[in-house]
Amino acid sequence: MDLNYSPEETAFRDEVRAWIGANLAADVRDKVLNYRELSKDDLLGWHKKLATKGWVAPGWPKEWGGTDWTVVQRYIFEEECGAAGCPPIVPFGVRMCAPVLLRFGTDAQKQRFLPRMYNGEDFWVQGYSEPGAGSDLASLKTRAVRDGDHYVVTGQKIWTTLGHYGDWIFCLVRTDPKTEKRQDGISFLLIDMTTPGITVRPIVLLDQSREVNEVFFDEVRVPAENLVHEENKGWTVAKFLLGYERMGTGNIAVSKRELARVKELAARAGLLDDPRFADRLTRVEVELMALEITNLRFLDQLRGGRPPGAEVSLLKIKGTEIQQALTELMLQTAGPLAQAFRPLEARAGFDAFTASLMPRYCNVRKATIYAGSNEIQRNIIAKATLGL
Amino acid sequence: MNFEYSDEQRLLSETLRKFLNTGYGFDARAKITATPAGFSEDVWAALAEMGILGVPFDEKFGGFGGTTVDMMVVMEALGEALVVEPYLATVGLGGRFVARGGAAPQQARILPALIAGKTKMAFAQTEPEARYDLARVATRATPSGDGWVLEGDKRAVLHGGCADLLVVSARTAGGDGDARGISLFLVERGAAGLAIDDARTLDNLRVADVRLSGVRVGRDALLGAEGGGLPLIEEVVDYATALVCAEAVGAIKYAHDATLDYLKTRRQFGVPIGSFQALQHRMVDVLIAYEQARSIATLACVKVDTADAAERRRVVSAAKVKIADAARHVSQEAVQLHGGMGMTEELKISHTFRRLTTIAQAFGDADHHLARFAAARASA
Ligand SMILES: Cc1cc2nc3c(=O)[nH]c(=O)nc-3n(C[C@H](O)[C@H](O)[C@H](O)COP(=O)(O)OP(=O)(O)OC[C@H]3O[C@@H](n4cnc5c(N)ncnc54)[C@H](O)[C@@H]3O)c2cc1C
Repeated sequence: MDLNYSPEETAFRDEVRAWIGANLAADVRDKVLNYRELSKDDLLGWHKKLATKGWVAPGWPKEWGGTDWTVVQRYIFEEECGAAGCPPIVPFGVRMCAPVLLRFGTDAQKQRFLPRMYNGEDFWVQGYSEPGAGSDLASLKTRAVRDGDHYVVTGQKIWTTLGHYGDWIFCLVRTDPKTEKRQDGISFLLIDMTTPGITVRPIVLLDQSREVNEVFFDEVRVPAENLVHEENKGWTVAKFLLGYERMGTGNIAVSKRELARVKELAARAGLLDDPRFADRLTRVEVELMALEITNLRFLDQLRGGRPPGAEVSLLKIKGTEIQQALTELMLQTAGPLAQAFRPLEARAGFDAFTASLMPRYCNVRKATIYAGSNEIQRNIIAKATLGL
Repeated sequence: MNFEYSDEQRLLSETLRKFLNTGYGFDARAKITATPAGFSEDVWAALAEMGILGVPFDEKFGGFGGTTVDMMVVMEALGEALVVEPYLATVGLGGRFVARGGAAPQQARILPALIAGKTKMAFAQTEPEARYDLARVATRATPSGDGWVLEGDKRAVLHGGCADLLVVSARTAGGDGDARGISLFLVERGAAGLAIDDARTLDNLRVADVRLSGVRVGRDALLGAEGGGLPLIEEVVDYATALVCAEAVGAIKYAHDATLDYLKTRRQFGVPIGSFQALQHRMVDVLIAYEQARSIATLACVKVDTADAAERRRVVSAAKVKIADAARHVSQEAVQLHGGMGMTEELKISHTFRRLTTIAQAFGDADHHLARFAAARASA
C-alpha cells in the first residue's frame, strides 16, 4: 500500500493545474467561488473548453473520447478542478445519459448523441421525478402511447434541475400501465425539448434561486427511434443510471475547497480560537479526510469497469452530510452580519459574499434529498449490503 | 408551581390567534412581504387596536402591565404565523429600553405613542467587527454644546429602516470592548447626518446599516446614565432573547405540526411515509426537541422578570443554547422529511425554515451562549 503520488502523478497534477490556470476565465471562477448563479453559457463554455482539450468525459471509453486515466489521475483531475473553482460539468449528459447510451444504446443512437454530448452542443436534463413519484420512482405515471413510428407523451415531471436551460431531456415514461409489477412497463425516452407540447415552469426554492422546474408534456410526439433499450425495460436503465448519478454527489473536491474557505472566514472572525467552533470544524475536517480515502478505495474497486453498486450510497450520504455541515459552519462565521440578503437599493458597499452564505446554507439542504434521499440510500445499504 | 396560562393569558392568545388566522394566512403574508415597506401598516394598527403593542408596558401609559409570560403568549403566536411586522424591534427592544432606562419625561413622550402604533423603534448596536459582544462599541459620542455628536457605523439593525426612533449605543468614554463608558442615545429618523440603508433578509424581515456622521443630539437624548449603558443593554438584550426564544417555540410548533401532517398524508410505495419506522423515530425526536424548547423558553421568560442579573444571564443563555439547537434540528428535519416540497417557496415550511435559521443566530448563536453560560457558572 502506498498513499503517495508517484513522480508521474505529480507531473500530471502540475499539467492539469497549469492548464486550468490558463483556461478558466476569472469572471466565471469568481461566480463559482462566490456562489453566484452560473448561466447556460458559463456552464457550456467551460464544458467546451474541456472538450477541446479532450478532458470532458474521462470515464468514457477511449474510442468515444475517454482519457483512459487511472483512478488516481481521475481523482487528481477532480481535485484540481475543485480547488481552482471550476464550474461543475453538468452531469446529466456526459455522466448520466452517456453511460446509459454506451451500455444500452444502438449504434445509431451513440453516433447521433454522444459526439454532441461530448462537445456540449446540447444541454441535457433529467426527467425522472414526478409529483407522485419521488422516492417511489417506479410509481411514475407520465404516459407514452405508441402511435405509428412515434410515442405520444402526456404527463408531468418535477424538480427538473436546470430544465429552463434544457435542449434535451431523458425521461422515464410508462408505456404499459397494466403490468403486475410497477417496475415493468416503464421505458427510457430521449426527448427534444423544442417539440411542441412541452411547457417548462419554474419552481422558486428555499434560497429564492431558480434552479428547478416543472416540465409538462401535452401530447408530445417523440420519434420511436429515441427509445433507449427495449420498450418496457426502462427500469433496468433507470437503476443503472442512478448508480452513476449518486457517484457524482459526494463532491469531495469541492468540499475540500469549502473547508479551506471556512477556515479562512473563521480566522477572520476570530473563531479559530473558540474551542467550540474549532472542535466542530475539526470533526468535519477529519470526516472529510476519511471520506477522501474511502472514495479512493471504492474507485479502486471499480477499476475493472463494473457499474457502481451500493457503495456509492455510502459516499452520497457522507459527502452530502459534509457539504451541509460546511455551509452551516460558514453561515456561523458571519454572525449577525449574515442577515442582510438583498439591499432595497443597489449600493456599492453591500457585502454580497456575506449575504450569499445564508441562501447557500438553505440551498444545500437539497443535497440530502436529491439523487435518492439519504433515507433511501440507507435503505439501499440495509438491503443490498447488509442483507436486512 | 403552576404551568397553566391564566384566563387573561388564554384570552390574549385567542384574540391574537383569531386575528392572525383570519387576516395573516400564508397568502396574505406573501402579499405583505412583497410590498416596498415589507410590512403592513394596517396590521400594525390592528395590533395597536388589540392592545398587543402595549402588553408589557405600564397601565399609566396605556399599556396592559403584563409580565414576560404574557409576552411569551404573544411571541409564540407571532412565531407560528411568521409575522414580519417590527414587533420585537419596537416593543421588545426599543420600548423596553425606554421602559427600563428612560427618564419619566422620555417615557411619557414615547411610550403612549408607541403603544398607540404611532412610533416604531429599533436598536442600533451591532458594529462590523463586534459579532455578539455587547461591549464592542466603537461608535463615539463627543460632548458638544448642550449635547453630543455621534459618529459611527452600525450594522444589521433589525427594522432600522422603518423606525421613527432609534436607540443608539455609543462611547462617551473608554475604548472599544471596555465595559464602562457606553451610553445610549435616542436618535430620531431624519436627523441630519443619519444614513440608513435598508436590506431584506431571507426570512422577509428588514435589517439596516446605520451610519452616523456628525449626528447632533441634545441632553434629553441620553437614555439612562452616561457611561453606564452596558448593564441596561445586557438586560434588554436578555429580555429580547427570551422573547425570540418564545417566538421560536411558535415556529417550531408549526414545523412540527406541518411535518407530522405531511408524514400522515404523503404516500410513497403505496403507504403514508409516516409508516416508515426510520421516519417515525426522526419525528419523535422533533417532538422531543419541541417540548424541550418550550420548557426552556418558559423558564427564560419567567426568570427575566424575577432573577438577579447573574441568574438571568445564566438562564437566558441556557435557553438560547437549546433554542438555537432546536431551531436548527427541527427546521432541517422539517425540510428533509418534506422531501423536494420542503425546498420550495410555495410551502410555509420553507419560510419557517428561514425564520428558524435566523433565530438560531439572533442575539448570539449556541456557541456564544454556551461560553456565556460557562462564564456565568465559573463566577457563581
Ligand atoms: C433541488 C432538487 C433538484 C432535483 N433535481 C432533479 C432532477 O433534475 N431530475 C429529477 O428527476 N429529479 C430531481 N429531483 C427530485 C429528487 O430526486 C426527489 O426530490 C427525491 O427523489 C425525493 O422525492 P420527493 O421529493 O417526492 O420526496 P418523498 O419521496 O415524498 O420523500 C419525503 C420524505 O420521506 C422519506 N422517505 C420516502 N420513502 C422512504 C422510505 N421508504 N424509507 C424512509 N424514508 C422514506 C424521504 O427520504 C423524504 O425524507 C431534485 C430534487 C431537488 C430537491
